[in-house]
Amino acid sequence: MHKSLWRAGCALALTAPWAVAHADTASDIAALRKEMETLRSSYEERLQSLEQRLKAAEAGAPAGWGATPAAATAAAAAPPPTTTAAAPGGGFNPSISLILSGLYGRTSQDPSRYAITGFALPPDAEIGPGQRGFSLSESELGFAASIDPWWRGAANISVNGDNSVSVEEAYVQTTALGNGLSVKAGRFFSNVGYLNPQHSHTWDFVDNPLAYQAMLGTQYGDDGLQLTWLAPTDQFIELGMELGRGRSYPGGDNNRNGAGRVALTAHTGGDIGTSHSWRAGLSMLTAKASDQELLGTDAAGAPVTSAFSGSTRVWVADAIWKWAPNGNATRTNFKLQAEYLRSTRSGDLVFDPAVVAASSAYRAVQSGWYVQGVYQFMPRWRVGLRTERLDAGTPDYGTNAGRYGLTDYAPNKTSLMLDFNASEFSRIRLQIARDRAREGVTDNQLFLQYQMSLGAHGAHSY
Amino acid sequence: MRMISYLSLKRAPMLALAMAAFTLAAPAHAALRVLACEPEWGALAQELGGDLVDVTVATSALQDPHQIQAKPSLIARARNADLVVCTGAELEIGWLPVLLQQSGNAKVQGGQPGNFAAADYVLKLDVPTQLDRAQGDVHAAGNPHIQTDPRNIALVATALGARLQQVDPSHAADYAKRQADFTQRWQQAIARWSTQAAPLRGLPVVSQHKAFVYLYDWLGLKEVAVLEPKPGVEPTASHLQSVLAALKGTPARMVLYSAYQDSRPSDWLSKNAGIPAVKVPFTVGGSDAAKDLFGLFDDTVTRLVAAAGTRP
Repeated sequence: MHKSLWRAGCALALTAPWAVAHADTASDIAALRKEMETLRSSYEERLQSLEQRLKAAEAGAPAGWGATPAAATAAAAAPPPTTTAAAPGGGFNPSISLILSGLYGRTSQDPSRYAITGFALPPDAEIGPGQRGFSLSESELGFAASIDPWWRGAANISVNGDNSVSVEEAYVQTTALGNGLSVKAGRFFSNVGYLNPQHSHTWDFVDNPLAYQAMLGTQYGDDGLQLTWLAPTDQFIELGMELGRGRSYPGGDNNRNGAGRVALTAHTGGDIGTSHSWRAGLSMLTAKASDQELLGTDAAGAPVTSAFSGSTRVWVADAIWKWAPNGNATRTNFKLQAEYLRSTRSGDLVFDPAVVAASSAYRAVQSGWYVQGVYQFMPRWRVGLRTERLDAGTPDYGTNAGRYGLTDYAPNKTSLMLDFNASEFSRIRLQIARDRAREGVTDNQLFLQYQMSLGAHGAHSY
Repeated sequence: MRMISYLSLKRAPMLALAMAAFTLAAPAHAALRVLACEPEWGALAQELGGDLVDVTVATSALQDPHQIQAKPSLIARARNADLVVCTGAELEIGWLPVLLQQSGNAKVQGGQPGNFAAADYVLKLDVPTQLDRAQGDVHAAGNPHIQTDPRNIALVATALGARLQQVDPSHAADYAKRQADFTQRWQQAIARWSTQAAPLRGLPVVSQHKAFVYLYDWLGLKEVAVLEPKPGVEPTASHLQSVLAALKGTPARMVLYSAYQDSRPSDWLSKNAGIPAVKVPFTVGGSDAAKDLFGLFDDTVTRLVAAAGTRP
């Protein structure tokens, strides 16, 4: 009696919504039929599992403390398969996360005069330690969800200390192409190198390395398309290609129909035993710029503006190795990472376009590297050391050769950090650095920073 | 002309047959590739799939399943998987979404038959009435450590068996047979363990992490204190002192910790409260005896009964 009632109820519950649906075409009907079939099989799965549970409850109870009617009822009331838990961010509301970050900075040199000797950069380049004293560093609002069975979307809106808002990332990505293929479209961080695609709240130091600041505009984000392919091998091999607008340094927002930036990326990695894992990669980014304003120094050592038109190719070699005893990083772990960047700029450079306006061919090969190690020596506490150096090379200024100053100074910097993570959602960091980016000037820096995350639990990449 | 048409007419069915045989035969040799997030689900998939499945396990019993990194080797495994079997209930929230996103594998995305979450098929305990991270690392869906109750394993086995049949329909009959066989052996084993563990019923115990709620529900153990002040927060000296003080009023018989955890907090309590500390294998591979699912519960029950036998 009860069983038949239950079945009738099920049937009614299943059919009722469909009875009112207006299935106009044969394909609709077929689709509905398929949907019902799916529902039916899922209900069967549930019923089976309930019966199983009942059996288990009976079997699991030796005489004396057997399954009470109450226990059986509780077992029978086992919830249906829920999908909310299985697919975080799969709800109709996107998962929302908010990163709050603040900084206290103390520098022995005035940050507004910060420069990297030998590297001519745009006036709005984000280099150096930023503001002195207390400041709100980048606070980031993130949204992510599945769009439909074929796409997912994510956006990261960054709110800066100066009350400006910027779209850090806003992209859609395929989920159903299969064969290891994935396409991303919109604004996103380029996948070149190791640090570039990572959001600032996941960095192990307050700032990005000098090589990134000098050759990739701190972090290369662009509008465009990305295609990645993962090889069907047990060894991780990921190849990627990106086409973009080239809207930021070393590119320059130029008015063209084609792509202003192209990037090719290749990464591979794997495990060595249970305690070690690694990843290494080689990437290349080519960006075009026209009339890009650069701040440099003339032969007399005075600041001068130049305009660069041409293309820049940046090669990035990256390697990371992580160690955790038995692969359990909870107590102690160590992370060693290094990247080498080499940039070749070639085109025309106009010396002092406003006054002298002397144009000449220009070619510069510059490079830089950093090596850093971060050690979690006990739960919650990590210590890290980073050392880095740049090589400004000897640029070929063509007929402008006498107008520019040349230097063989190698900008360098050493940073030491200590952070405390009360939980995986909060971090307080102390960092001291000796920054010798400018020839003849040593900037002693001290930072105290917090980074906290609210809302959806973020999943971090390797 | 005639000759050719005669030949092709005669050969067409044979060719079609050969092609059909080839397409049918091809998947028969390629085992279904299963990526299990935790060892218990890897072991279960092996029990239910036998040599029809090629199982890779993403984590080991010595790793904290909350805190795994989406490392390159795992992304490569997810790329090639036909079925991903995980706990769900947000246990893998810090790493599984990245694996799936980067895998470029449509079959194993959420909502697809190739994505199986075990916790969807059991009644979850410890479901928080209030979601607030001030309470520590709480999971909205409830406590995710469902594998410590063999009755849950039985439920998941039923659902996983059905799922294996769904994603690999050409071997449905084999999976059904294996599942029936496993279920029978499992029910007998549950009856055996339950009898063996009967003396544990009602005993007060202390947990290092709130990881055993399903085990306690099954065996009737009573959790009187937890060494972590909040879920996922490392035990502090002051909290351990307060637990020790509380145990003076309500004594416990043992303290339990998982194989992947630091044993020091439990050892400290064991020494100071004079109760045994029990290292629970927690999952397959967590102890030498926990070689498979049967060994896991054989060992768990044996260790608990042995600890209960030592009078304080």
